[in-house]
Amino acid sequence: MITLEHVSKRFPGQRSPAVTDLSLEIDRGETVCLVGPSGCGKTTTMRMINRLIEPTSGSIVVDGREVMQQDPVALRRGIGYVIQSIGLLPHRTIAQNIATVPKLIGWEDDRIASRLEELREIFQLDPELMNRYPSELSGGQRQRVGVARALAVDPPVMLMDEPFAAVDPIIRARLQDQFLEIQERLKKTIVFVTHDIDEAIKMADRIAIMNVGGVVEQFAPPEEILRTPANQFVERFVGAERGLKRLALISVSEIEVQEGPVVSPEAGAEEARREMQRFGFDWTSVVDGGEMLGWVDASALDGRTRVSEATPRRFSAAVTPRSSLRQALDSIVTSQTNVAVVLDDGQRYLGILTLEHISKEIIA
Amino acid sequence: MTALIAQAEPLVRWDWIGRHLGPIRTQFAQHVELTVIAVGIGLAISIPLAVFAYRNRRAYAPITWVAGLLYTMPSLALFALISPFLGFTTLTAEIGLVSYTLLILIRNIVAGLIGVPDDVKEAAVGMGYTRRQLLVRVELPLALPVIVAGIRIATVTTIGLVTVTALIGKGGLGHFILEGKDQSFPTEILLGAVLSVLFAVAADWTLIGAQRLLTPWSRAARVRAFGR
Repeated sequence: MITLEHVSKRFPGQRSPAVTDLSLEIDRGETVCLVGPSGCGKTTTMRMINRLIEPTSGSIVVDGREVMQQDPVALRRGIGYVIQSIGLLPHRTIAQNIATVPKLIGWEDDRIASRLEELREIFQLDPELMNRYPSELSGGQRQRVGVARALAVDPPVMLMDEPFAAVDPIIRARLQDQFLEIQERLKKTIVFVTHDIDEAIKMADRIAIMNVGGVVEQFAPPEEILRTPANQFVERFVGAERGLKRLALISVSEIEVQEGPVVSPEAGAEEARREMQRFGFDWTSVVDGGEMLGWVDASALDGRTRVSEATPRRFSAAVTPRSSLRQALDSIVTSQTNVAVVLDDGQRYLGILTLEHISKEIIA
Repeated sequence: MTALIAQAEPLVRWDWIGRHLGPIRTQFAQHVELTVIAVGIGLAISIPLAVFAYRNRRAYAPITWVAGLLYTMPSLALFALISPFLGFTTLTAEIGLVSYTLLILIRNIVAGLIGVPDDVKEAAVGMGYTRRQLLVRVELPLALPVIVAGIRIATVTTIGLVTVTALIGKGGLGHFILEGKDQSFPTEILLGAVLSVLFAVAADWTLIGAQRLLTPWSRAARVRAFGR
């Protein structure tokens, strides 16, 4: 969808180039994060795609057409563009702001109105916000309007320059989640610039880690970058907690759950003790016809003949197949049983995860 | 003034005013006309010059230097210099009046344009505004509050300056001031001065009102700022 071939950019009066011989192939419907320290040319690279900056050499092809052979104004109208400070037009209402590009390319009023309504719903904007001015909105609302505006004519390609950097972390996380959900449906081809590796890991299908001078050090899916950093620069940039960050990307369903001690409430106390011994635990899950009731430990069975005579204790935290291994790990370290119990959405017991098992799985 | 009071001439002869409502109306209309034409032509010259200076920053210094030279020239000297060539005409009066508006207007228009936030300009260009659309639909509207501030100063200054053109046979309300001085008749001096000041105040308020109507977004921002 977007192909950069041997692209270089040297700004006049600067000794070293901002971008050096950069080649990148971005597939249709994929989100690629350009990430790197300041001065790595990530924003310059992005801005060359819609010709806000013109490359010194090399070729950039968007949707099969060389950008340098297109009228820059027409090119930009066909590419969604979001910047960090959003840059909403302060003298236009929210509705007018979102309708900017449709107006520029001459859509009929009816069509604009129905598109506005559509976007308003996608971005969950309050109807009464539409006639307000940008200065009357909160930072998070403005951010959503900025993204909605970029999507107004449904462009296949979006360029986003640190779009969520200006809001506080809680709102940022919410905006990121919302954007991921929307992207799931819309399948845009997105070039997303950020300096925040965690944001890149969360948002990207693939990450291009860039070094000073616009050199791509590694271009790979987040999981691969965390698992096998290409070099020391990438390793340093990815930072500490590389293993933990990777765990956040792998879901429980991707590894095999382990068998754990299980008895039915009807089982005898002796049978329950044998089950515990079999796994070397001092507790067992109590499962009734597939439904998780809780767990009992050996001391709770003292002096009792049947499991049903003891009240099973609830697991403080269970995980589902959709949970990340990082959540499973959290469950392990905070539970009294030192395992994470895996239940499906209907509370049915699937198995357990232990620390040893998770570490064995991710090293493999 | 002491001589006037010595002659026991009253400060205001209301009966004289009552008998001269016709000429007062005519001179007032001329005053308004000279002012509106001066500020209008001043704007027509200043906007393109200011936009040029804004886009070519090296042109800013020479343009404001010339406008500044015109601004500092004594008005009396300016009229004395032009009138031999163009006579005691409206053209002579307007050349002087327009000259004095240029520096204020150009400076304010350029300042207004420079004040438009960079991120707004970048987003607009990134969305596909042409240079002209950017100027007309984004930059000039956003510069409006600063531009109107310049128009207010230029207008009030011009209204005062119009009285001086009485010396070349124009002058609007300045006509009464000059006549009153020549005939030691305080009623006319006061009439010219008071009406001129009232006109200046009214014009200023009108411009403030016009700006509020034209920039509803800045009101919204203020309300929000106070509401917090």
